[in-house]
Amino acid sequence: MIKKRMKLIFMSLAVYLILFIFIAPFLWMVLASFKTQQQILDTSNLLAITPSFSNFVNVFTQYEFMGFIGNSFLVAVASTFLGLLLGLPAAYSIAKYKQNGLGLLILVARIVPGISFLIPWFIIFSKLELIDTYTALTLSHVLVTMPFIIWVMIPFFESLPGELEESARIDGCTTTGALIRIILPISGPGIITASILAFIFSWNNFMFSLILAGENTKTLPIAIFNFLSYSEINWGGLMAASVIITLPVLIIALFMQRYIIAGMTGGAVKG
Amino acid sequence: MSYWFDKHVKWIYPLPAVLFVALMMVFPIGYTFWLSFNEWSMSNVAPPLWVAFENYKELFADELFRQSLWTTFYFTFIAVAVQTVLGVLLALLLNAHFIGKGIVKTLFLLPMVATPVAIGLVWVLIYEPNVGVANIFLQVMGLPAQEWLASPDLVLPSLIIIDVWEWTPMIALIVLAGLVSLPKDPYEAAIVDGANRFQIFWKITLPLLQPTIYSAVLLRLIDALKTFDIIYATTQGGPGTSSQTLNIYGYVLGFQYFQLGKASALLMVFFAIVLALSILVIFLRKKVGVSI
Repeated sequence: MIKKRMKLIFMSLAVYLILFIFIAPFLWMVLASFKTQQQILDTSNLLAITPSFSNFVNVFTQYEFMGFIGNSFLVAVASTFLGLLLGLPAAYSIAKYKQNGLGLLILVARIVPGISFLIPWFIIFSKLELIDTYTALTLSHVLVTMPFIIWVMIPFFESLPGELEESARIDGCTTTGALIRIILPISGPGIITASILAFIFSWNNFMFSLILAGENTKTLPIAIFNFLSYSEINWGGLMAASVIITLPVLIIALFMQRYIIAGMTGGAVKG
Repeated sequence: MSYWFDKHVKWIYPLPAVLFVALMMVFPIGYTFWLSFNEWSMSNVAPPLWVAFENYKELFADELFRQSLWTTFYFTFIAVAVQTVLGVLLALLLNAHFIGKGIVKTLFLLPMVATPVAIGLVWVLIYEPNVGVANIFLQVMGLPAQEWLASPDLVLPSLIIIDVWEWTPMIALIVLAGLVSLPKDPYEAAIVDGANRFQIFWKITLPLLQPTIYSAVLLRLIDALKTFDIIYATTQGGPGTSSQTLNIYGYVLGFQYFQLGKASALLMVFFAIVLALSILVIFLRKKVGVSI
Protein backbone atom coordinates (compact mmCIF):
# COMPACT_ATOMS: atom_id res chain seq x y z
CA MET A 1 0.00 0.00 0.00
CA ILE A 2 2.70 2.46 1.02
CA LYS A 3 4.86 1.24 -1.80
CA LYS A 4 2.06 1.90 -4.25
CA ARG A 5 1.60 5.43 -2.94
CA MET A 6 5.34 6.08 -3.11
CA LYS A 7 5.30 4.97 -6.70
CA LEU A 8 2.40 7.29 -7.52
CA ILE A 9 4.19 10.25 -5.95
CA PHE A 10 7.45 9.41 -7.66
CA MET A 11 5.73 9.09 -11.06
CA SER A 12 3.88 12.36 -10.57
CA LEU A 13 7.09 14.18 -9.67
CA ALA A 14 8.85 12.78 -12.74
CA VAL A 15 5.98 13.89 -14.98
CA TYR A 16 5.88 17.39 -13.44
CA LEU A 17 9.63 17.80 -13.82
CA ILE A 18 9.43 17.01 -17.53
CA LEU A 19 6.31 19.12 -17.91
CA PHE A 20 8.22 22.01 -16.37
CA ILE A 21 10.85 21.82 -19.13
CA PHE A 22 8.12 22.07 -21.76
CA ILE A 23 6.31 24.91 -20.02
CA ALA A 24 9.40 26.88 -18.94
CA PRO A 25 9.72 28.94 -22.16
CA PHE A 26 6.13 30.13 -21.68
CA LEU A 27 6.81 31.02 -18.06
CA TRP A 28 9.94 32.86 -19.17
CA MET A 29 7.91 34.74 -21.77
CA VAL A 30 5.27 35.81 -19.23
CA LEU A 31 7.90 36.76 -16.65
CA ALA A 32 9.83 38.90 -19.15
CA SER A 33 6.66 40.57 -20.37
CA PHE A 34 6.21 42.10 -16.91
CA LYS A 35 9.83 43.21 -16.55
CA THR A 36 11.38 46.52 -17.52
CA GLN A 37 14.17 46.50 -20.09
CA GLN A 38 16.61 47.19 -17.25
CA GLN A 39 15.41 44.18 -15.27
CA ILE A 40 15.71 41.93 -18.31
CA LEU A 41 19.28 43.07 -18.96
CA ASP A 42 20.25 42.54 -15.33
CA THR A 43 20.93 38.83 -14.99
CA SER A 44 22.07 38.94 -11.36
CA ASN A 45 18.51 38.62 -10.13
CA LEU A 46 16.27 36.73 -12.56
CA LEU A 47 13.13 36.97 -10.51
CA ALA A 48 13.33 40.68 -9.82
CA ILE A 49 10.17 42.18 -11.16
CA THR A 50 8.16 45.16 -10.12
CA PRO A 51 5.01 43.86 -11.77
CA SER A 52 3.98 46.43 -14.29
CA PHE A 53 1.71 46.36 -17.28
CA SER A 54 3.70 49.06 -19.04
CA ASN A 55 4.92 46.67 -21.75
CA PHE A 56 1.37 45.69 -22.54
CA VAL A 57 0.20 49.29 -22.48
CA ASN A 58 3.05 50.24 -24.83
CA VAL A 59 2.25 47.46 -27.23
CA PHE A 60 -1.24 48.83 -27.62
CA THR A 61 -0.49 52.56 -27.55
CA GLN A 62 2.85 52.79 -29.39
CA TYR A 63 2.52 49.89 -31.80
CA GLU A 64 -1.25 49.93 -32.31
CA PHE A 65 -1.66 46.23 -31.70
CA MET A 66 -5.43 46.44 -31.59
CA GLY A 67 -5.46 46.79 -35.37
CA PHE A 68 -3.24 43.74 -35.87
CA ILE A 69 -5.36 41.67 -33.51
CA GLY A 70 -8.40 42.75 -35.51
CA ASN A 71 -6.71 41.78 -38.80
CA SER A 72 -5.68 38.36 -37.51
CA PHE A 73 -9.10 37.70 -36.05
CA LEU A 74 -10.93 38.81 -39.19
CA VAL A 75 -8.78 36.70 -41.50
CA ALA A 76 -8.91 33.64 -39.23
CA VAL A 77 -12.70 33.81 -38.87
CA ALA A 78 -13.29 34.48 -42.57
CA SER A 79 -10.94 31.72 -43.73
CA THR A 80 -12.41 29.25 -41.24
CA PHE A 81 -15.93 30.11 -42.42
CA LEU A 82 -14.97 29.79 -46.10
CA GLY A 83 -13.10 26.59 -45.32
CA LEU A 84 -16.24 25.14 -43.74
CA LEU A 85 -18.39 26.26 -46.66
CA LEU A 86 -16.11 24.53 -49.18
CA GLY A 87 -14.94 21.71 -46.94
CA LEU A 88 -18.10 20.35 -45.29
CA PRO A 89 -19.91 19.25 -48.47
CA ALA A 90 -16.65 17.87 -49.86
CA ALA A 91 -15.89 15.91 -46.69
CA TYR A 92 -19.46 14.59 -46.56
CA SER A 93 -19.31 13.44 -50.16
CA ILE A 94 -15.88 11.81 -49.71
CA ALA A 95 -17.09 9.99 -46.58
CA LYS A 96 -20.44 8.91 -48.01
CA TYR A 97 -19.39 7.82 -51.48
CA LYS A 98 -15.91 6.59 -50.42
CA GLN A 99 -14.15 8.91 -52.87
CA ASN A 100 -10.67 7.97 -51.70
CA GLY A 101 -8.98 9.54 -54.71
CA LEU A 102 -10.47 12.91 -53.86
CA GLY A 103 -9.47 12.42 -50.25
CA LEU A 104 -5.92 11.87 -51.42
CA LEU A 105 -6.02 15.11 -53.43
CA ILE A 106 -6.92 17.01 -50.28
CA LEU A 107 -4.13 15.23 -48.41
CA VAL A 108 -1.73 16.41 -51.09
CA ALA A 109 -2.93 19.98 -50.51
CA ARG A 110 -1.87 19.55 -46.88
CA ILE A 111 1.53 18.05 -47.81
CA VAL A 112 2.75 20.35 -50.61
CA PRO A 113 5.17 22.98 -49.28
CA GLY A 114 3.41 26.36 -49.29
CA ILE A 115 6.47 28.11 -50.61
CA SER A 116 6.28 26.26 -53.95
CA PHE A 117 3.40 28.45 -55.06
CA LEU A 118 4.33 31.63 -53.22
CA ILE A 119 6.01 33.34 -56.20
CA PRO A 120 3.02 32.88 -58.55
CA TRP A 121 0.69 34.05 -55.79
CA PHE A 122 2.72 37.20 -55.37
CA ILE A 123 2.72 37.83 -59.13
CA ILE A 124 -0.97 37.05 -59.62
CA PHE A 125 -2.19 38.95 -56.57
CA SER A 126 0.02 41.92 -57.56
CA LYS A 127 -1.49 41.98 -61.05
CA LEU A 128 -5.01 41.80 -59.59
CA GLU A 129 -4.00 44.58 -57.16
CA LEU A 130 -5.02 42.39 -54.25
CA ILE A 131 -1.78 42.63 -52.24
CA ASP A 132 -2.56 44.10 -48.83
CA THR A 133 -6.25 43.21 -49.01
CA TYR A 134 -8.30 40.94 -46.76
CA THR A 135 -9.48 39.09 -49.86
CA ALA A 136 -6.02 37.81 -50.81
CA LEU A 137 -5.08 36.98 -47.21
CA THR A 138 -8.32 35.13 -46.55
CA LEU A 139 -8.12 33.15 -49.80
CA SER A 140 -4.54 32.13 -49.03
CA HIS A 141 -5.47 31.05 -45.51
CA VAL A 142 -8.37 28.95 -46.83
CA LEU A 143 -5.71 26.75 -48.42
CA VAL A 144 -4.60 26.05 -44.84
CA THR A 145 -8.01 25.78 -43.17
CA MET A 146 -9.93 23.76 -45.75
CA PRO A 147 -7.74 20.62 -45.92
CA PHE A 148 -7.75 20.48 -42.13
CA ILE A 149 -11.51 20.80 -41.96
CA ILE A 150 -11.95 18.09 -44.57
CA TRP A 151 -9.53 15.74 -42.82
CA VAL A 152 -11.15 16.15 -39.44
CA MET A 153 -14.65 15.79 -40.90
CA ILE A 154 -14.16 12.71 -43.12
CA PRO A 155 -13.74 10.23 -40.22
CA PHE A 156 -16.43 12.08 -38.30
CA PHE A 157 -19.00 11.73 -41.09
CA GLU A 158 -17.95 8.11 -41.60
CA SER A 159 -18.75 7.34 -37.97
CA LEU A 160 -22.35 8.60 -38.27
CA PRO A 161 -24.92 5.81 -38.69
CA GLY A 162 -26.20 5.58 -42.26
CA GLU A 163 -29.81 5.05 -41.15
CA LEU A 164 -30.05 8.70 -40.15
CA GLU A 165 -29.85 9.87 -43.71
CA GLU A 166 -31.96 7.00 -45.03
CA SER A 167 -34.86 7.82 -42.76
CA ALA A 168 -34.63 11.46 -43.80
CA ARG A 169 -34.78 10.36 -47.41
CA ILE A 170 -37.86 8.27 -46.72
CA ASP A 171 -39.48 11.34 -45.20
CA GLY A 172 -38.94 13.07 -48.54
CA CYS A 173 -35.70 14.97 -47.98
CA THR A 174 -33.25 15.46 -50.83
CA THR A 175 -29.58 14.64 -50.17
CA THR A 176 -28.92 18.32 -49.57
CA GLY A 177 -31.98 18.59 -47.36
CA ALA A 178 -30.80 15.64 -45.29
CA LEU A 179 -27.32 17.15 -44.99
CA ILE A 180 -28.58 20.52 -43.86
CA ARG A 181 -31.45 19.35 -41.63
CA ILE A 182 -30.10 16.12 -40.16
CA ILE A 183 -26.38 15.60 -40.66
CA LEU A 184 -24.95 19.06 -39.95
CA PRO A 185 -26.98 19.70 -36.77
CA ILE A 186 -25.78 16.46 -35.17
CA SER A 187 -22.21 17.08 -36.36
CA GLY A 188 -21.69 19.96 -33.93
CA PRO A 189 -18.74 18.45 -32.03
CA GLY A 190 -16.93 17.54 -35.25
CA ILE A 191 -17.52 20.95 -36.79
CA ILE A 192 -16.32 22.65 -33.60
CA THR A 193 -13.11 20.60 -33.56
CA ALA A 194 -12.48 21.34 -37.22
CA SER A 195 -13.22 25.05 -36.81
CA ILE A 196 -10.98 25.44 -33.77
CA LEU A 197 -8.07 23.78 -35.50
CA ALA A 198 -8.65 25.80 -38.66
CA PHE A 199 -8.82 29.02 -36.62
CA ILE A 200 -5.56 28.20 -34.80
CA PHE A 201 -3.72 27.35 -38.00
CA SER A 202 -4.86 30.56 -39.67
CA TRP A 203 -4.07 32.60 -36.55
CA ASN A 204 -0.56 31.10 -36.45
CA ASN A 205 0.12 31.43 -40.19
CA PHE A 206 3.23 33.40 -40.98
CA MET A 207 4.48 32.54 -44.46
CA PHE A 208 1.42 33.46 -46.51
CA SER A 209 0.83 36.67 -44.58
CA LEU A 210 4.50 37.58 -44.95
CA ILE A 211 4.12 38.14 -48.69
CA LEU A 212 0.42 39.00 -49.05
CA ALA A 213 -0.19 41.33 -46.09
CA GLY A 214 0.72 45.01 -46.17
CA GLU A 215 0.45 47.99 -43.87
CA ASN A 216 -3.35 47.83 -43.72
CA THR A 217 -3.79 44.10 -43.28
CA LYS A 218 -0.73 43.13 -41.25
CA THR A 219 -1.56 40.16 -39.05
CA LEU A 220 -0.14 39.57 -35.56
CA PRO A 221 2.73 37.20 -36.45
CA ILE A 222 4.04 39.71 -39.01
CA ALA A 223 3.59 42.65 -36.64
CA ILE A 224 5.46 40.85 -33.86
CA PHE A 225 8.26 39.88 -36.17
CA ASN A 226 8.76 43.52 -37.10
CA PHE A 227 9.65 44.20 -33.47
CA LEU A 228 13.00 42.56 -34.15
CA SER A 229 14.07 45.08 -36.74
CA TYR A 230 14.44 47.92 -34.25
CA SER A 231 18.05 48.68 -33.42
CA GLU A 232 17.86 47.80 -29.76
CA ILE A 233 15.41 44.99 -29.15
CA ASN A 234 12.62 45.99 -26.81
CA TRP A 235 12.51 42.61 -25.07
CA GLY A 236 9.69 43.44 -22.68
CA GLY A 237 7.51 44.69 -25.51
CA LEU A 238 8.40 41.70 -27.65
CA MET A 239 7.47 39.27 -24.90
CA ALA A 240 4.26 41.17 -24.12
CA ALA A 241 3.35 40.91 -27.80
CA SER A 242 4.16 37.20 -27.74
CA VAL A 243 1.91 36.74 -24.72
CA ILE A 244 -0.89 38.55 -26.52
CA ILE A 245 -0.62 36.40 -29.64
CA THR A 246 -0.36 33.06 -27.81
CA LEU A 247 -3.00 33.80 -25.18
CA PRO A 248 -6.09 33.09 -27.32
CA VAL A 249 -4.59 29.83 -28.57
CA LEU A 250 -3.62 28.75 -25.06
CA ILE A 251 -7.09 29.50 -23.74
CA ILE A 252 -8.67 27.53 -26.58
CA ALA A 253 -6.26 24.63 -25.93
CA LEU A 254 -7.06 24.57 -22.22
CA PHE A 255 -10.80 24.36 -22.76
CA MET A 256 -10.89 22.21 -25.87
CA GLN A 257 -8.04 19.83 -24.98
CA ARG A 258 -9.88 16.65 -25.93
CA TYR A 259 -10.98 17.97 -29.31
CA ILE A 260 -7.57 19.38 -30.19
CA ILE A 261 -5.71 16.17 -29.41
CA ALA A 262 -8.26 14.28 -31.49
CA GLY A 263 -7.92 16.71 -34.39
CA MET A 264 -4.15 17.13 -34.40
CA THR A 265 -3.40 13.45 -34.12
CA GLY A 266 -6.52 12.37 -36.01
CA GLY A 267 -6.32 9.11 -37.91
CA ALA A 268 -2.73 8.41 -36.87
CA VAL A 269 -3.77 5.73 -34.38
CA LYS A 270 -6.45 3.97 -36.35
CA GLY A 271 -4.16 1.18 -37.53
CA MET B 1 -33.42 20.70 -61.55
CA SER B 2 -33.34 19.55 -57.96
CA TYR B 3 -33.59 15.97 -59.21
CA TRP B 4 -30.61 16.51 -61.47
CA PHE B 5 -28.73 18.11 -58.56
CA ASP B 6 -29.58 15.23 -56.28
CA LYS B 7 -28.43 12.67 -58.81
CA HIS B 8 -25.04 14.30 -59.30
CA VAL B 9 -24.52 15.37 -55.70
CA LYS B 10 -21.53 13.06 -55.49
CA TRP B 11 -19.65 15.35 -57.87
CA ILE B 12 -21.28 18.68 -57.07
CA TYR B 13 -20.40 18.61 -53.36
CA PRO B 14 -16.64 18.30 -53.72
CA LEU B 15 -16.52 20.51 -56.84
CA PRO B 16 -16.03 23.91 -55.12
CA ALA B 17 -13.25 22.51 -52.93
CA VAL B 18 -11.53 20.85 -55.89
CA LEU B 19 -11.85 23.99 -58.04
CA PHE B 20 -10.39 26.03 -55.20
CA VAL B 21 -7.40 23.71 -54.83
CA ALA B 22 -6.90 23.71 -58.60
CA LEU B 23 -7.01 27.50 -58.79
CA MET B 24 -5.00 28.30 -55.68
CA MET B 25 -2.51 25.44 -55.72
CA VAL B 26 -2.31 23.31 -58.85
CA PHE B 27 -2.28 26.20 -61.31
CA PRO B 28 0.30 28.23 -59.32
CA ILE B 29 2.59 25.19 -59.05
CA GLY B 30 2.34 24.83 -62.84
CA TYR B 31 3.22 28.52 -63.05
CA THR B 32 6.29 27.95 -60.84
CA PHE B 33 7.27 25.04 -63.07
CA TRP B 34 7.01 27.24 -66.17
CA LEU B 35 8.91 30.06 -64.46
CA SER B 36 11.72 27.66 -63.62
CA PHE B 37 12.58 27.55 -67.34
CA ASN B 38 12.65 31.33 -67.64
CA GLU B 39 14.90 34.17 -66.70
CA TRP B 40 12.85 36.92 -65.09
CA SER B 41 13.23 39.45 -62.31
CA MET B 42 9.59 40.56 -62.27
CA SER B 43 10.22 43.96 -63.78
CA ASN B 44 7.38 44.85 -66.11
CA VAL B 45 9.80 46.18 -68.70
CA ALA B 46 11.47 42.92 -69.68
CA PRO B 47 9.21 39.90 -70.18
CA PRO B 48 10.26 36.43 -69.01
CA LEU B 49 12.96 34.97 -71.24
CA TRP B 50 12.93 31.25 -72.05
CA VAL B 51 16.27 29.73 -71.01
CA ALA B 52 15.32 26.02 -70.89
CA PHE B 53 17.39 24.22 -68.24
CA GLU B 54 19.78 27.10 -67.47
CA ASN B 55 18.25 27.74 -64.03
CA TYR B 56 18.57 24.10 -63.05
CA LYS B 57 22.18 23.98 -64.26
CA GLU B 58 22.94 27.14 -62.34
CA LEU B 59 21.21 25.72 -59.28
CA PHE B 60 23.13 22.47 -59.17
CA ALA B 61 26.40 24.33 -59.66
CA ASP B 62 25.48 26.59 -56.74
CA GLU B 63 27.42 25.82 -53.58
CA LEU B 64 24.68 27.45 -51.45
CA PHE B 65 22.04 25.19 -52.94
CA ARG B 66 23.97 22.04 -52.03
CA GLN B 67 24.59 23.44 -48.59
CA SER B 68 20.89 24.19 -48.05
CA LEU B 69 19.98 20.71 -49.25
CA TRP B 70 22.35 19.24 -46.67
CA THR B 71 21.07 21.61 -43.95
CA THR B 72 17.48 20.62 -44.67
CA PHE B 73 18.16 16.89 -44.34
CA TYR B 74 20.47 17.30 -41.35
CA PHE B 75 17.88 19.38 -39.49
CA THR B 76 14.97 17.11 -40.43
CA PHE B 77 16.47 13.73 -39.64
CA ILE B 78 18.24 14.60 -36.40
CA ALA B 79 15.25 16.55 -35.07
CA VAL B 80 12.74 13.81 -35.92
CA ALA B 81 15.00 11.02 -34.63
CA VAL B 82 15.49 12.74 -31.27
CA GLN B 83 11.85 13.67 -30.82
CA THR B 84 10.73 10.15 -31.72
CA VAL B 85 12.84 8.53 -29.01
CA LEU B 86 11.90 11.17 -26.44
CA GLY B 87 8.26 11.10 -27.57
CA VAL B 88 7.93 7.35 -27.03
CA LEU B 89 9.58 7.58 -23.60
CA LEU B 90 7.31 10.49 -22.67
CA ALA B 91 4.25 8.53 -23.82
CA LEU B 92 5.24 5.58 -21.59
CA LEU B 93 5.61 7.96 -18.66
CA LEU B 94 2.27 9.67 -19.37
CA ASN B 95 0.61 6.26 -19.58
CA ALA B 96 1.52 5.52 -15.95
CA HIS B 97 -0.69 6.56 -13.06
CA PHE B 98 0.00 10.04 -11.76
CA ILE B 99 -1.85 12.91 -10.18
CA GLY B 100 -3.62 15.42 -12.46
CA LYS B 101 -3.42 13.50 -15.72
CA GLY B 102 -6.00 15.60 -17.60
CA ILE B 103 -4.45 18.99 -16.98
CA VAL B 104 -0.91 17.67 -17.57
CA LYS B 105 -1.89 16.30 -20.98
CA THR B 106 -3.42 19.66 -21.84
CA LEU B 107 -0.30 21.57 -20.84
CA PHE B 108 1.84 19.35 -23.06
CA LEU B 109 -0.27 20.63 -25.98
CA LEU B 110 0.96 24.18 -25.59
CA PRO B 111 4.27 24.02 -27.52
CA MET B 112 2.57 22.57 -30.59
CA VAL B 113 -0.41 24.92 -30.76
CA ALA B 114 1.32 28.17 -29.79
CA THR B 115 2.12 30.59 -32.63
CA PRO B 116 5.50 29.55 -34.12
CA VAL B 117 6.73 33.12 -34.60
CA ALA B 118 6.06 33.94 -30.94
CA ILE B 119 7.80 30.70 -29.93
CA GLY B 120 10.76 31.60 -32.12
CA LEU B 121 11.09 35.03 -30.54
CA VAL B 122 10.90 33.61 -27.01
CA TRP B 123 13.74 31.26 -27.92
CA VAL B 124 15.72 34.19 -29.32
CA LEU B 125 15.55 35.68 -25.82
CA ILE B 126 16.39 32.33 -24.19
CA TYR B 127 19.44 31.90 -26.45
CA GLU B 128 20.53 35.56 -26.13
CA PRO B 129 24.27 35.30 -25.27
CA ASN B 130 24.32 37.94 -22.49
CA VAL B 131 20.91 37.91 -20.86
CA GLY B 132 19.44 34.62 -22.08
CA VAL B 133 18.52 31.91 -19.60
CA ALA B 134 20.33 29.22 -21.65
CA ASN B 135 23.72 30.69 -20.80
CA ILE B 136 22.73 31.47 -17.23
CA PHE B 137 21.85 27.78 -16.93
CA LEU B 138 25.25 26.76 -18.32
CA GLN B 139 26.97 29.13 -15.88
CA VAL B 140 25.17 27.58 -12.94
CA MET B 141 26.36 24.17 -14.13
CA GLY B 142 29.89 25.55 -14.35
CA LEU B 143 30.04 25.33 -18.15
CA PRO B 144 31.25 28.03 -20.55
CA ALA B 145 28.66 30.31 -22.16
CA GLN B 146 27.74 29.62 -25.80
CA GLU B 147 26.82 31.74 -28.79
CA TRP B 148 23.83 29.47 -29.62
CA LEU B 149 22.09 31.08 -32.61
CA ALA B 150 25.05 33.32 -33.47
CA SER B 151 27.59 30.52 -33.92
CA PRO B 152 27.69 28.76 -37.32
CA ASP B 153 28.51 25.44 -35.66
CA LEU B 154 25.91 25.66 -32.96
CA VAL B 155 22.99 27.24 -34.81
CA LEU B 156 21.58 23.99 -36.24
CA PRO B 157 21.72 22.06 -32.95
CA SER B 158 20.10 25.10 -31.30
CA LEU B 159 17.29 25.08 -33.87
CA ILE B 160 16.92 21.31 -33.49
CA ILE B 161 16.44 21.80 -29.74
CA ILE B 162 13.55 24.20 -30.49
CA ASP B 163 11.96 21.73 -32.91
CA VAL B 164 12.36 18.86 -30.42
CA TRP B 165 10.81 21.00 -27.69
CA GLU B 166 7.93 21.97 -29.98
CA TRP B 167 7.06 18.56 -31.43
CA THR B 168 8.05 15.84 -28.93
CA PRO B 169 4.63 16.28 -27.25
CA MET B 170 2.89 15.57 -30.56
CA ILE B 171 4.65 12.21 -30.95
CA ALA B 172 4.03 11.49 -27.27
CA LEU B 173 0.28 12.19 -27.57
CA ILE B 174 -0.08 10.05 -30.70
CA VAL B 175 1.85 7.16 -29.12
CA LEU B 176 -0.11 7.58 -25.89
CA ALA B 177 -3.37 7.20 -27.82
CA GLY B 178 -1.89 4.05 -29.35
CA LEU B 179 -0.82 2.71 -25.94
CA VAL B 180 -4.29 3.17 -24.51
CA SER B 181 -5.84 1.13 -27.30
CA LEU B 182 -3.42 -1.84 -27.07
CA PRO B 183 -4.97 -5.27 -26.41
CA LYS B 184 -4.56 -6.65 -22.87
CA ASP B 185 -4.19 -10.39 -23.61
CA PRO B 186 -0.52 -10.52 -24.68
CA TYR B 187 0.45 -8.81 -21.42
CA GLU B 188 -1.39 -11.30 -19.25
CA ALA B 189 0.28 -14.15 -21.11
CA ALA B 190 3.71 -12.51 -20.73
CA ILE B 191 3.26 -11.99 -17.00
CA VAL B 192 2.22 -15.64 -16.62
CA ASP B 193 5.40 -16.59 -18.49
CA GLY B 194 7.41 -14.49 -16.05
CA ALA B 195 8.73 -11.86 -18.45
CA ASN B 196 10.33 -8.79 -16.88
CA ARG B 197 9.33 -5.22 -17.65
CA PHE B 198 12.05 -4.59 -20.17
CA GLN B 199 11.23 -7.81 -22.03
CA ILE B 200 7.55 -6.90 -22.06
CA PHE B 201 8.32 -3.47 -23.51
CA TRP B 202 10.79 -4.77 -26.09
CA LYS B 203 8.92 -7.89 -27.18
CA ILE B 204 5.28 -6.82 -26.88
CA THR B 205 4.65 -3.09 -26.48
CA LEU B 206 7.10 -1.85 -29.10
CA PRO B 207 6.05 -4.29 -31.87
CA LEU B 208 2.37 -3.57 -31.21
CA LEU B 209 3.03 0.17 -31.24
CA GLN B 210 5.12 0.05 -34.37
CA PRO B 211 2.41 1.19 -36.83
CA THR B 212 1.45 4.09 -34.57
CA ILE B 213 5.05 5.22 -34.09
CA TYR B 214 5.54 4.82 -37.78
CA SER B 215 2.74 7.14 -38.80
CA ALA B 216 3.75 9.71 -36.18
CA VAL B 217 7.31 9.72 -37.52
CA LEU B 218 6.26 10.02 -41.15
CA LEU B 219 3.88 12.85 -40.32
CA ARG B 220 6.71 14.66 -38.55
CA LEU B 221 9.24 13.98 -41.32
CA ILE B 222 7.06 15.69 -43.91
CA ASP B 223 6.40 18.69 -41.68
CA ALA B 224 9.98 19.04 -40.40
CA LEU B 225 11.24 19.12 -43.98
CA LYS B 226 9.10 22.22 -44.52
CA THR B 227 10.03 24.09 -41.33
CA PHE B 228 9.96 27.81 -42.09
CA ASP B 229 8.45 29.95 -39.33
CA ILE B 230 10.83 29.00 -36.53
CA ILE B 231 13.97 29.33 -38.65
CA TYR B 232 12.89 32.57 -40.27
CA ALA B 233 11.84 34.11 -36.95
CA THR B 234 15.05 33.15 -35.11
CA THR B 235 17.91 33.32 -37.61
CA GLN B 236 16.49 34.02 -41.10
CA GLY B 237 18.98 31.41 -42.26
CA GLY B 238 21.99 32.95 -40.51
CA PRO B 239 24.56 33.49 -39.25
CA GLY B 240 25.72 33.85 -42.83
CA THR B 241 23.96 30.96 -44.51
CA SER B 242 24.59 28.32 -41.86
CA SER B 243 20.94 27.63 -41.05
CA GLN B 244 19.59 28.21 -44.54
CA THR B 245 17.26 25.34 -45.45
CA LEU B 246 15.75 24.86 -48.92
CA ASN B 247 12.62 26.63 -47.72
CA ILE B 248 14.54 29.69 -46.53
CA TYR B 249 16.91 29.77 -49.53
CA GLY B 250 13.93 29.64 -51.88
CA TYR B 251 12.34 32.54 -50.05
CA VAL B 252 15.57 34.56 -50.08
CA LEU B 253 16.18 33.94 -53.81
CA GLY B 254 12.61 34.76 -54.73
CA PHE B 255 11.67 37.62 -52.46
CA GLN B 256 14.97 39.25 -51.55
CA TYR B 257 17.05 38.84 -54.73
CA PHE B 258 14.04 38.52 -57.07
CA GLN B 259 15.82 35.82 -59.08
CA LEU B 260 12.45 34.32 -59.89
CA GLY B 261 13.68 31.77 -62.42
CA LYS B 262 16.36 30.28 -60.23
CA ALA B 263 14.11 30.45 -57.17
CA SER B 264 11.38 28.60 -59.09
CA ALA B 265 13.84 25.90 -60.13
CA LEU B 266 14.84 25.46 -56.48
CA LEU B 267 11.21 25.34 -55.39
CA MET B 268 10.42 22.68 -57.97
CA VAL B 269 13.29 20.54 -56.67
CA PHE B 270 12.04 21.07 -53.12
CA PHE B 271 8.49 20.25 -54.22
CA ALA B 272 9.73 17.05 -55.87
CA ILE B 273 11.58 15.98 -52.72
CA VAL B 274 8.56 16.53 -50.47
CA LEU B 275 6.26 14.80 -52.95
CA ALA B 276 8.60 11.83 -53.35
CA LEU B 277 8.81 11.41 -49.60
CA SER B 278 5.02 11.71 -49.32
CA ILE B 279 4.43 9.08 -52.00
CA LEU B 280 6.84 6.83 -50.12
CA VAL B 281 4.82 7.52 -46.98
CA ILE B 282 1.54 6.67 -48.64
CA PHE B 283 3.05 3.51 -50.13
CA LEU B 284 4.61 2.37 -46.84
CA ARG B 285 1.46 3.29 -44.99
CA LYS B 286 -0.52 0.85 -47.09
CA LYS B 287 2.13 -1.77 -46.46
CA VAL B 288 2.02 -1.51 -42.68
CA GLY B 289 -1.70 -0.84 -42.74
CA VAL B 290 -1.93 2.44 -40.89
CA SER B 291 -3.63 5.66 -41.80
CA ILE B 292 -2.37 9.16 -41.31
